Amino acid sequence: MSAFIGNLERPDQYPIWDEPAETLPRAELERLQLERLRDLVVRISRVPFYRDQLNHRDIGPQNIRSLADVRKLPFTTKADMRRQHPLGLLAVPRKSLARIHGSSGTTGKPTFVAYTAKDLETWSTLCARFLVAGGVKPEHTAQVAFGYGLFTGGFGLHYGLERVGTTVIPAAAGNTRRQIEIMRDLAPEVLICTPSYALTIADGARELGIDPRALPIRIGHFGGEPWTEDMRREIEDALDIAAFNNYGLSEVIGPGVSGECPARAGMHIQEDHFLVECLDPESLEPVPEGEPGELVITTLTREAMPMVRYRTRDIARLYREPCACGRTTMRMSRVTGRTDDMLIIRGVNVFPSQIEEALLRVEGTTPHYLIEVSRPATLDEVHVKVEIHPEIFSDRMDRMQTLCERISREIQAVAGIRAHVDLVEPRSIERFVGKAKRVLDKRGVSEQES
Amino acid sequence: MKLQQLSLFLENRPGRLGAPLEAIAAEGINILTLSLADTAQFGILRLIVREWDKAKQVLEDAGWVVNLTEVVAVDLLDRPGGLAEALKILEAANLNIEYMYAFSLRRGDKAILIFRFEDPDRAIQVLLDNGLHVVDGDELMSFVP
Repeated sequence: MSAFIGNLERPDQYPIWDEPAETLPRAELERLQLERLRDLVVRISRVPFYRDQLNHRDIGPQNIRSLADVRKLPFTTKADMRRQHPLGLLAVPRKSLARIHGSSGTTGKPTFVAYTAKDLETWSTLCARFLVAGGVKPEHTAQVAFGYGLFTGGFGLHYGLERVGTTVIPAAAGNTRRQIEIMRDLAPEVLICTPSYALTIADGARELGIDPRALPIRIGHFGGEPWTEDMRREIEDALDIAAFNNYGLSEVIGPGVSGECPARAGMHIQEDHFLVECLDPESLEPVPEGEPGELVITTLTREAMPMVRYRTRDIARLYREPCACGRTTMRMSRVTGRTDDMLIIRGVNVFPSQIEEALLRVEGTTPHYLIEVSRPATLDEVHVKVEIHPEIFSDRMDRMQTLCERISREIQAVAGIRAHVDLVEPRSIERFVGKAKRVLDKRGVSEQES
Repeated sequence: MKLQQLSLFLENRPGRLGAPLEAIAAEGINILTLSLADTAQFGILRLIVREWDKAKQVLEDAGWVVNLTEVVAVDLLDRPGGLAEALKILEAANLNIEYMYAFSLRRGDKAILIFRFEDPDRAIQVLLDNGLHVVDGDELMSFVP
């Protein structure tokens, strides 16, 4: 990695953009959160969807005595947002809105998210904080290769960069060749896009006969989709940059919920604006500290469209240990899965992404796999079908059996379940355009719910 | 001295063996000999054919994963102990046999065995040094129909 970013081994030597807020002592931070949570309960009584539920439960601000009391409040799901389409969850008069964004999601019509001028102000601050945490300085130039539009990525980062004082190039998404030309003409040090688009840019440069490492970019802030540590290494190596992860979702604000600091050991959650819980997606009880669970987010300061215990369906871990960078906020891991995809196998929560991670560890295994779950008698049985291809095929049976055992061991290590590995012929697993179907659950529905 | 053997991956379910055999038959390629190793889930079909490069192309074009391996054909006396003697020689030289199978034709009082060695070159040297006859491709092809 280039020396441009400085010594990442010393996270304490980097500036903190909003120092008083980001380094607030825990007790003060939690007092602030509680105050804001009570205020939120007052504000959401203007939203019929929440008012009815609070009335039904007989809950008011007086019942919120500690942060744990957030659990007295109702959940909000994507389905609730759809039922309140288009702007049923507004907590302010329509005329006080400054902007409306939308999330397409992968299913159904877009759900809208509204912002007051103050919400936009908050959002810019949140993005500025993680950008500065990840090495961005006012004297830099940043190329934003995120989509601008209903999608929150482009505008969120754009405003955050402007807040920092960085020169912004709103290149928007797509047209890789033009992106590379802009980079060569204007020499931006910072790239903002999805992690997969960063790799596309590197590939595009190679196709043009340009060494991607020679491009001027030295810092990347990537988000908008889940990625892995392996992918980070690949991007950093391909472009000779330091890559930072950030997290957010349009339903609660957009990017800016959390982001990495130079320690790059989890993303700092901006706790003065969000109260984040990590729950078992089945029981909806908090998971033990450090265990993976569903992130459930309550917005503490959103004016236009506050969200109470929004079920993100994103699986991650939370860490409360102090960070070397000096920020006092709790950190979250990368998003490692979605509850929509979660399987419960012999009582263990398993995500297809874990199986994929295990396969990635075995050199030469293809991205084409299918997880088949059945219950032949009383116990769940998992078969992972993996397509054979020339790099892993051997004429020797012992090698083939060793391969199956290795895959099985990796699955055990990553997902904690024993799985049978079935090698299958090439192209025998159905191909999908877009989102791949990775799971075939042959257990009866009633059994699944038990 | 070495022969080219094609191996292909097959799922172990009815009808899977016939398809590749039909594909090469359609190209007029005759199978000189074959062996099949299998588990409950999958099998490895190993083939010796005259036009191995063409057969490989045909199979790969049809979507099979095909692997090319060098194997060694050895002439052995077709009498009790004929194979055991050869194995003793290989064992004494510390040569590891990955697997072996018999060629489908015999020639006079000789049977031909196909060996897959970890180190085929050294195996051939040892066999020759011990007076055994290693059958090369041309010779093998000369007496099969």
